Amino acid sequence: MLELDVRRRQGDFDLDVRLSAGPGVTALYGRSGSGKTSVINMVAGLSRPDQGVISVDGRVLFDGRAGIDLAPEARRLGYVFQEHRLFPHLSVRGNLEFGLRLLPAAERAQSFDKVVQLLGIEHLLDRRPAKLSGGEKQRAAIGRALLASPRILLMDEPLAALDPARKAELLPFIAQLARRFSIPILYVSHSMDEVLRLADTLVLMDGGKVAASGPLETLMGDPGLRPLTGRYEAGAVISAVIASHDSGYGVSRLSFDGGTLIVSRSDLPVGSRVRVRIHARDVAIAIEAPERVSIRNVLPASVVSVAAADAFLVDVVLACGATRLWVQITALAQAQLNLVPGMRIHALIKALTIARGDVASVD
Amino acid sequence: MFTLTPLEIEALRLSLLVSFWAVAASLPFGLGCAWVLARLDFPGKTLVDGIIHLPLVLPPVVVGYGLLVLLGRRGVVGAWLHDWFGITLAFTWKGAAVASAVIAFPLMVRAIRLALEGVDRGLEQAARTLGSGPIRTFWSVTLPLMLPGVLTGVILAFARSLSEFGATITFVSNIPGETRTLPIALYALTQVPGGDEAALRLCVISVVVAFAALLASEFLARRVQARLKG
Repeated sequence: MLELDVRRRQGDFDLDVRLSAGPGVTALYGRSGSGKTSVINMVAGLSRPDQGVISVDGRVLFDGRAGIDLAPEARRLGYVFQEHRLFPHLSVRGNLEFGLRLLPAAERAQSFDKVVQLLGIEHLLDRRPAKLSGGEKQRAAIGRALLASPRILLMDEPLAALDPARKAELLPFIAQLARRFSIPILYVSHSMDEVLRLADTLVLMDGGKVAASGPLETLMGDPGLRPLTGRYEAGAVISAVIASHDSGYGVSRLSFDGGTLIVSRSDLPVGSRVRVRIHARDVAIAIEAPERVSIRNVLPASVVSVAAADAFLVDVVLACGATRLWVQITALAQAQLNLVPGMRIHALIKALTIARGDVASVD
Repeated sequence: MFTLTPLEIEALRLSLLVSFWAVAASLPFGLGCAWVLARLDFPGKTLVDGIIHLPLVLPPVVVGYGLLVLLGRRGVVGAWLHDWFGITLAFTWKGAAVASAVIAFPLMVRAIRLALEGVDRGLEQAARTLGSGPIRTFWSVTLPLMLPGVLTGVILAFARSLSEFGATITFVSNIPGETRTLPIALYALTQVPGGDEAALRLCVISVVVAFAALLASEFLARRVQARLKG
């Protein structure tokens, strides 16, 4: 568990951040210049806050008032940089063992073989970094950080320098890290795709401050945070489990807290935990349950809030069981339906609008 | 057949001995100065930089005379060295090594500093986050990465030491078997009638030694580069 409450002035930019990162992946999301990297550099000890406190699992790494400022090597944190930063004069094996060798045997929490196997870099061990592809380099860099048995893993846009194909190849590895090695991960990113795929907790940063933080689903379904999450198409993100596949009709059934969702056939095995994006414009609202309709998903729900998004568009938040759905309807529709909080309605979602790319595994 | 006369062998041996110790003894200081100049910022840094580079632009005779005044048996530092440690530098081969080291020092520092400035500090940060302290990081990351530059500095300094004449003859004079290195022996021969042929032979030896040093440095630099590129 990372606890951080720091202030730092950099030029005419004021950083004032308070956050905590528990188990799983905590994503630090914001546009460039919002102070994300500064935050993890302070956690790692590569830059110094003007004041504040940083602690990991109750161990104080920095305390401005008490004059505590542990050197980076004493903090026991893993850091995966945007550019791999592998040591060019060492082989991949030499790089992987760099941090491992500095640890007393009793403190080595990760096994070399297990890490190498998970990252699929067995065949690269004797090569030098210069002979690796971008994705291989980043995998080796992740392995190197893991083998130092860190208490928390810091990742600074580790995929930003890679092409889309390499990104897609590396994402599943990172998604598995937190669970397989039970290390909390603080993941800096300005890519909402990566955040949706990886994050359990989302911290939205804006202008050197934390604008909002909480479970990813809660923040993504909040129209009020649209200016911060909104470079991305508006919509809710819900957690679900793949319940069954129906190959005859090319659809899959997902169960979530609020009912069952029929979506385009997914490749993921039954039982997979997934995160589903439901675009706000793809959801319709019916006051009474329609009969004989082509739309496969008719979910009973209640209206939580209604607010104008702009002159012609209205944001409506629905509660469907414990799940929040974000719906955008025209101002004209609202004028006729006159939705108010508390109303019982039905949310209609076409199965086809939830494509394969909108269902991401979180296992 | 080109066989060396005893006089030539002695001059060659002395030259190699003096140059070796000049480089070996000044290398740690060279690394230190390069590190200070490349990594630290302090008031008066330009002055320090200037002082280190001074022997490059001063006439070597001035440096030699300065060494004589400072390190001679009655010199401020020389007397102290003699009384406390029994070390005499003036008119010994050790003095010749000191003179060569001072003259070659700026070349060495320049090359090493350049190499150090070329090392990506991000790699050092990465090493620190992996649990390596600053000193271990220097030995295991920074130094290996700047090795090509260090090698260049060493070879440059060695070659400059081999050719050192002015400061050496001023500080330690021309003593056969003690301070008569190749350039000094060559100079002595040109001062006596009928020494032309012997002088020419020393010229050839000097060229061969200098050339061998250059080739060796090129070879080593390539090997180190190849290692870095995998």
